[in-house]
Amino acid sequence: MTFPDAIAVGYLVAAVLFVLGLKGLGRPRTARRGNLLGATGMFIAIAVTLLDRAIVDFRFLALGVVIGALLGALLALKVRMTGMPELVALFNGFGGAASVLVAGATFLEVVDTGTVDDQLAVAAAATVLIGAVTFTGSMVAFGKLRESLRWNGFGGLHIVRAITGVVALLLAVGVVVQPDSLGWFWGLAAAGLLLGVLATIAIGGADMPVVIALLNAFSGVAASATGFVLDNSLLIIAGSLVGASGLILTQIMCTAMNRSILDVVFSKAVVVARGSHDDAYGDGVTSTSAEEVAMLLEVASRVVIVPGYGLAVAQAQHAVRELMTVLEGTGAEVVFGIHPVAGRMPGHMNVLLAEAEIDYEHLFEMDRVNPTFAQTDVTIVIGANDVVNPSARDDPDSPIAGMPILDVDESGTVIVVKRSLSPGFAGIPNPLFGADNTLMLFGDGKQAVLDIVAALLEG
Amino acid sequence: MTLLVALTLFVLAVFLGLELITKVPATLHTPLMSGSNAISGITLIGALVSAGTDHSTLTTALGVAAVALATINVVGGFLVTDRMLAMFRTRRKGGS
Repeated sequence: MTFPDAIAVGYLVAAVLFVLGLKGLGRPRTARRGNLLGATGMFIAIAVTLLDRAIVDFRFLALGVVIGALLGALLALKVRMTGMPELVALFNGFGGAASVLVAGATFLEVVDTGTVDDQLAVAAAATVLIGAVTFTGSMVAFGKLRESLRWNGFGGLHIVRAITGVVALLLAVGVVVQPDSLGWFWGLAAAGLLLGVLATIAIGGADMPVVIALLNAFSGVAASATGFVLDNSLLIIAGSLVGASGLILTQIMCTAMNRSILDVVFSKAVVVARGSHDDAYGDGVTSTSAEEVAMLLEVASRVVIVPGYGLAVAQAQHAVRELMTVLEGTGAEVVFGIHPVAGRMPGHMNVLLAEAEIDYEHLFEMDRVNPTFAQTDVTIVIGANDVVNPSARDDPDSPIAGMPILDVDESGTVIVVKRSLSPGFAGIPNPLFGADNTLMLFGDGKQAVLDIVAALLEG
Repeated sequence: MTLLVALTLFVLAVFLGLELITKVPATLHTPLMSGSNAISGITLIGALVSAGTDHSTLTTALGVAAVALATINVVGGFLVTDRMLAMFRTRRKGGS
């Protein structure tokens, strides 16, 4: 067998392992093995690539691998589960950037040595544009998730964005028509980088799960486009698999918010309704204390806990785990009701609660938990707001009308743990807070839960 | 590989991906993202060739940067996914 044949066979094996790996990742029992299969496929792909005769100098290559492996391992092992959305955003961005660099290096090399055919030029232009948008878009998402980036754009943003998009497409045409004039190529890279920033800068926190999933899909598509540049079947296959899985996640997130991808990406900066939100509740809001909540919980036989982004901010996952243990000790059934877009990335709450060693069998998805609220004695909402807002279901004029919600208001008593009555991301008041069966427990999520646990243990 | 063959691979792989992942429980959304992202680090094999080819300083530099970034993706992605999945346990089945 010649070297090229060995490489091709190795790539085939790797592609099969990627397919099996992704399949495994879709089911809880096989997920870990699936991940391992994917890693094995990657190892084989890298090993056979090193047989490539075009590689004449292994020094720089080794340097890149060592630096990357050290940084990657450090990030993966040091990250706290609360920092997972940032890490996923960062990795998406690195994937996009790597694709741009590879496509760029290959394109520049061919321009120097020979004639660029149309396929290479089109593929290179597509890769650079998609990859650059993925890179800067992910970096903006990263900054927003860390809350170190608070800028939400400016008035005419959508116009500037549209112009930049058109300019980028024109530059891409330039790359294809005149591949030897490198000005087009560098201009396209710059326009792509700018477009990534403009596309994500106005996107708010609650839309983050959609954006992260979409950027995940983009990082796959960028890798696939790189495959067209390199004429490499494994890149095309692996990249499209990832693109497809990212697209499905994006679709799940959009359905869960009753928004289309276009709504999210082309959103203008969300205008938060100003004015006194307390008015929306009149005298209806009832405030409560940890002791009172403890008394309710002592006699409850079924308790549902609904976590939201506030749980992650307050780092309350371990406190919630304690509460669950104490309640189970009294014989109550405790489950978690998790909205698909709770948090800042798909599956955010599940990861946090898993970190606190809560079995995933206690984590109920929306469709499964909703029919059970009517038989639930107490529902505790911690740091969630819009996903439990009944106006999405009841008020056709509400800005979030039609968004599927958790029907917590159907349970016997609803305890809402929250810092204040301020509105959620959508900027609309939540009638749940003023409902007759709702009690507000004001305070920091973690401290409030710990207070309830203390009160339960005393009583 | 002709363009048509490449396009065939692309379209079939997209359909395969859509069929593979249609129904994934919410618990696995994050690991699926980080794990699939590690797979998209496959760009690494292109980067290795660019970094190892003795063409020009510019292409080698771009290649090395790409190798480093893609390796972060691959190593970090698979590791962090494994770390997350190790935390998902179920008492009923007696541990992970």
